[in-house]
Amino acid sequence: MKSQKFPIAAVRACAYSDSVSKTHYDIIISGGGMIGSSLACTLGKNTRLSNKRILLLEAGKEKSYSFTGKYSNRVVSLNPATHKLLNDINAWSHIKNSRFAAVKRLQVWDAISDACITFGDENAIEDISYIVENDLLLDAVSKELKNVNNVEVIYNTRAKEYSLPLHNEDKVQITLENGSSITCSLLLGCDGFNSHVRKAMQTQYVTWNYNQMGIVATMELSEEIQNVIAWQRFLPTGPIAFLPLNSKQSSLVWSTVPDEAKKLLQISEAEFVDAINGAMYQTYQHSNIIDTATKIFDNFVRFFNWPVDMSRRYPPKISRIEEGSRAAFPLGFGHAASYISKGVALVGDAAHRIHPLAGQGVNLGFGDIICLNEVLGNAVSCGSVINDLSYLKEYETQRQRYNVPTMLGVDGLYRLYNNDFAPVVLLRSLGLQATHAINPVKDKVIDWAS
Amino acid sequence: MLKRSFRFHNTGANTVDKKEIDHFQNFLEEWWNEFGSMKALHSMNKLRVPFIRDGLVNSGRIRDKIKTPTALEGVSLLDVGCGGGILSEPLARLGCNVTGLDANPNAIELAKHHSEKQGLKINYAASSVEEHASQYFETYDAVVASEVLEHVTQKNEFVDACIKCLKPNGSIFITTISKTNLAYFLGILVSENVLRLLPRGTHQFEKLIEPSRLQRILEDYDCRTELIHGMCYNFLTNTWHWCPDTSINYALHAVKIKSED
Repeated sequence: MKSQKFPIAAVRACAYSDSVSKTHYDIIISGGGMIGSSLACTLGKNTRLSNKRILLLEAGKEKSYSFTGKYSNRVVSLNPATHKLLNDINAWSHIKNSRFAAVKRLQVWDAISDACITFGDENAIEDISYIVENDLLLDAVSKELKNVNNVEVIYNTRAKEYSLPLHNEDKVQITLENGSSITCSLLLGCDGFNSHVRKAMQTQYVTWNYNQMGIVATMELSEEIQNVIAWQRFLPTGPIAFLPLNSKQSSLVWSTVPDEAKKLLQISEAEFVDAINGAMYQTYQHSNIIDTATKIFDNFVRFFNWPVDMSRRYPPKISRIEEGSRAAFPLGFGHAASYISKGVALVGDAAHRIHPLAGQGVNLGFGDIICLNEVLGNAVSCGSVINDLSYLKEYETQRQRYNVPTMLGVDGLYRLYNNDFAPVVLLRSLGLQATHAINPVKDKVIDWAS
Repeated sequence: MLKRSFRFHNTGANTVDKKEIDHFQNFLEEWWNEFGSMKALHSMNKLRVPFIRDGLVNSGRIRDKIKTPTALEGVSLLDVGCGGGILSEPLARLGCNVTGLDANPNAIELAKHHSEKQGLKINYAASSVEEHASQYFETYDAVVASEVLEHVTQKNEFVDACIKCLKPNGSIFITTISKTNLAYFLGILVSENVLRLLPRGTHQFEKLIEPSRLQRILEDYDCRTELIHGMCYNFLTNTWHWCPDTSINYALHAVKIKSED
């Protein structure tokens, strides 16, 4: 039988050859921040991906972290799932050898009602979360990344243009600022909320700015305590939170309206300390109706012998702040309609950005890493190509199913508490009390956030 | 080439059905479109590749490599009815030395072209399995006949030829459609006429085979069935799942027993 020619859509002169060309990588990770570096390390350590050539591309220079007594003012709160991932890739050992604080208990309360909720117990074995400085986390992961053979890291290199493939089997082409170009089968965008990769994908991006700024600082406590409680108080202007660092220091995350933020940045450090103490302790005018309602609800809860708010504590007093540690950043919401496209996927802030009030932003990013690592490992062990769209789709579906409700929940909390309309305050106060009293509900909250 | 007769069988013919080949020619180009008309075969890889991989692990053919990217390294495997290579390619990527057979030379040409572009070394041949068996007696660690048996009229001869290619203790993996009323209704009527998942006339009820009968044929040729799994397809999400019910699609793993003499 004569061999018959039939049309094939994708006949190309260049042969498709993985890892032959020096400028071709199986995976390029754009952005070497906490998420990008951790992703590179996780994928590099995945034995199923051991034959893949991975490149981590970072526009900035290699950060050299020097351990000093001073804490950095930027910290993250890592949930148990993130902690497990960092443990698995051995980055946690570096953090452990340096410093971190374990949070055993979380207290959240409302400034304009008596409602309060607590999670965890300070004498418990389980930790609710871990407070780690951003710089230290990045340094730990970078250290570990040096032990990974199949990951190359290039610093000081910015991508000028991403050209994404139209067909599944084409490569992603990246033109660098120095004019050279590299290609990859799968591009992973970890380049933050202003992601250029996302822009190249031309996906729809839902975004808005909160009318709030986040103020951070490293604070000195007035006395040494067993510092294992994270505190958060919802003020009418936004939440203020203390995150433990060590027995004498805590980190401040204070979200407030821009005018107040501006003022707080300008006043002297002594006045700033007074403002912090004021924000944690100041009594706001309570409405009688709300007070009565919450009291009745409290009695009702006690009657049924449900857990009540017996163990309410007061946050530590602040004596001073670390000089020059005060800083502010804008807060916003953002969500990409799709996390994936042919040959590309978004991870972390590039795909989603939330209000820091629940400390979930970075954990969502680490959740993406865990999921993507699993999905790519599965793809390879089922003999698929690394950029198989149906596997990438699995990543997108799984993550959006988790991220979207979390983000809406956090955004909802922001809206609920950024309001002093009495009926809303009443409802949220009773809601908080009920959540506190009904253990299954509370467990659900804890499960979701870890 | 197809007409070449084959000494091996008394009938003098092979088990390839001429009408079936012409039918496949009509949608060759669609073959590699992951979301096109062959999407169900593409998505079935998520089930059948692990089925073959884990089957080979369980039968002791491979060890230690399960967590590496090339879990099937060194396994010689024959993919009977490989078509455009939808299953051959992932198996080759896992390190198998794959030989892909298809009676349709056009499919083989397409498969060759595609695998070259992917940088994969797969030995494709336009041949029937009966022809192949005469030259490659007891050559392979594994034989795969996935979604093929329902297109074959002479089941016994086909299974016999597949098993001849298999080394003693080798594994044969078959996925096909059962012969039940439900399979007729969902697998043929609904999927070909209502959902249009497959072109009309892809499957004929007479050619379907139920797992018990297939198992008996395999026994006749000294194969012990290790595992039968039902498979169900969700056409909304284009995903396959394992299920206990084997009345529509099923996958079977059998091992060739070493002859005692």
